[in-house]
Amino acid sequence: MSITMLAPTGVLLASGGGEGFEPPGPQDFWQPLIGSGTWAFTRPMLLWIISVVALSWWFIATTRKAAIVPGKGQFLTEMFYNTTRNGIARDMIGSKEFLKYVPFLFSLFAILLVNNLFGVIPPFQFPTISRIGFPIALTAIVYVIYHYIGIKKHGLRGYFGSFVPSGLPAWIVPMVLVLETFSFFVTRPLTLAMRIFGNMLAGHMLLLVFITGGEYMLLHGGIGLKVISVPTFLLAFIMTVFEALIEVVQAYIFTLLAASYIATSLADEH
Amino acid sequence: MTGNIAIIGYGLSAIGPGIGIGLIFAAFINGVARQPEARGMLQSIAILGFAFAEALAIFGLVLYFIS
Repeated sequence: MSITMLAPTGVLLASGGGEGFEPPGPQDFWQPLIGSGTWAFTRPMLLWIISVVALSWWFIATTRKAAIVPGKGQFLTEMFYNTTRNGIARDMIGSKEFLKYVPFLFSLFAILLVNNLFGVIPPFQFPTISRIGFPIALTAIVYVIYHYIGIKKHGLRGYFGSFVPSGLPAWIVPMVLVLETFSFFVTRPLTLAMRIFGNMLAGHMLLLVFITGGEYMLLHGGIGLKVISVPTFLLAFIMTVFEALIEVVQAYIFTLLAASYIATSLADEH
Repeated sequence: MTGNIAIIGYGLSAIGPGIGIGLIFAAFINGVARQPEARGMLQSIAILGFAFAEALAIFGLVLYFIS
């Protein structure tokens, strides 16, 4: 349902300008570079390729001549690796089996971190994950992995059996099985993809609103709007810093949840 | 001023996850204040809880865009 409200009157009303302010929407995230339609080569694709090349170069360059006393680059890489290995993989999966999954979680965290931070780094300024295809692809990888290791470890029957905690009354077991199966096969991948996508889209759109809105008020507004555009720009700066924080946290959460899903698939007893 | 009234509903529904996230981090701060050495363990639990509570707000946002 759409409503039309009367424009507010008074000093704040835009005096010049002619056409009104176009608020940014999801259509701003469709940015084809070459071609158009389904097979267009878009800006997030280019950013993704740049991130893969940059990460490969960075990790090879900092670890090829690994020294006992690390330099700055090697130290950064090792710190990042330590966070993933000890802070995510070992804490979530447990010290017995976590080593096998560290490379996967590490690449996941690295590529998400770089692509999310592209949202605030000036020449790129576009969070790749705000196009739904990218989180769906990453989630599909996580989805296949945690089901595969669960079935491999428990067998198909045992895997479904592990959804239900032991010691429940018999009449409640089918209900729990249905709920947990739904959670394992639908809710988990859906929330995993939606969470990071929604955060990146909403965060970037917030920045767009503040910056394009501030620009509009400064250039096309009356004197009242020109004054208000100053705190708008100030807020845009603060929001950019806040957005950088959110991007790091979301990359962390995605990796943490992937590790937690792997851990529940591996768990012996609920 | 034109707009979609669904976004007001989304704003209202975001109150719930907001309160939830506030409670989670309040408990986290309390826990760290009482036992600072448990910080590392509490942090991942708090962020996990935060992610689950926040998922509801994100669902609302995505539903608004696809509606």
